[in-house]
Amino acid sequence: MADAGRSPLLEIVEGNRSQLLESWVAHQLGSGSGQMRESEIREQSSRFLEEFRSALRSGAGGDAEGPSWQRVKEVLAEVSRTRTAEGFTPSQTAMFVFSIKEPLFRMLRAAVPDGAQLAEEIWKTTVLLDRLGLYTTELYQKTREEVIRRQQLELLELSTPVVELWDGILALPIIGTLDSERTQTVMENLLQRIVDAGAEIAIIDITGVPTVDTLVAQHLIKTISAARLMGADCIISGIRPQIAQTIVHLGLQLDVVSKATMADAFALALKRTGQRIGRSGPAQA
Amino acid sequence: MRVEKDELVPCRTADDIVRVRKEVRARTVALGFTLVDQTKLVTAASEIARNTVEHGGGGIVRLQVVNDGVRNGLRLVFEDRGPGIRDIALAMSDRYSTGTGLGLGLSGAKRLSQDFSIDSKPGEGTTVVLGRWK
Repeated sequence: MADAGRSPLLEIVEGNRSQLLESWVAHQLGSGSGQMRESEIREQSSRFLEEFRSALRSGAGGDAEGPSWQRVKEVLAEVSRTRTAEGFTPSQTAMFVFSIKEPLFRMLRAAVPDGAQLAEEIWKTTVLLDRLGLYTTELYQKTREEVIRRQQLELLELSTPVVELWDGILALPIIGTLDSERTQTVMENLLQRIVDAGAEIAIIDITGVPTVDTLVAQHLIKTISAARLMGADCIISGIRPQIAQTIVHLGLQLDVVSKATMADAFALALKRTGQRIGRSGPAQA
Repeated sequence: MRVEKDELVPCRTADDIVRVRKEVRARTVALGFTLVDQTKLVTAASEIARNTVEHGGGGIVRLQVVNDGVRNGLRLVFEDRGPGIRDIALAMSDRYSTGTGLGLGLSGAKRLSQDFSIDSKPGEGTTVVLGRWK
């Protein structure tokens, strides 16, 4: 029987540590956590038990929060990282923690004869382990979100090329949704290129923008005013008929020269900058 | 009027606005709306969805395919439990904005849809219904 102040759970983790480790590892191997080597599972399990014991011994509460659980969580972070890298699903990773329940509860049953106390102990233990198991899932999700964020940033960079069409004429083909974050990048890129190229005219092509609502229009207006302050005029091209009608119904006033196609806008830009492109004379026979 | 299909789409973040646009676009295409009608309803939905997210603190959108016995239509019901609108007439007027926008969203959305209704109680939330018929 456990003495006062020492929980049966700590008793088992302290006293029967190697036995618990053996049956836990056996359980994990049996339940097909497949790809991993036994030595690796053993090593991770052993480190988890070690930190789990220290946390219990320092009298930390059963809610898996607080500084004494920090090291347990670090072990779990490591476990989660290696398993995610090896292509484990979040459930498989969480099973690392959950799989200790079976051997642990078996030992608790042997150590606590009183039914009511046993139920109480099992409840407390299961709440604690559930928290830790869910923590690995949270970590998994965080890692994923990190990846998504990075990809979004990369897309942001990729999707806003400013190209020089001709001497002093820049073109900015916008494709996709113009949300606030992206517009910021688009605007910065464009203004920087205007300076670098000493451009007089920038053609903003919105053929690839599926919806022009008031927010998109506002972003466009801001970009155009900023470019104007830098001494460059903007021409908007690629306004399709359905977009034109929508803009009128919305009551938007785009105070800017616009052309239906990029080719028309380019022709206008050439004219404004006093340049000309023509066919060369009749080909020599 | 019969509701033939009723689907729920969350409208809480800026990404959800993009999703609402995509879903509305897909429904209007399926119903055989013309390109102009598709664009009008998608744009109106975009305006109201942004209001739901920014002013209403997030909510839901119901996409309903409706039939009045003669024609099919799409009805969009935007619901939020935000602070509500105190003066609807003022909010509906052009160029009025409590935020930093152009103040054309609500009035523009009304002009872009055939059916429009707005219902709001301060402190309880706002419901906006947009509808367009084939």
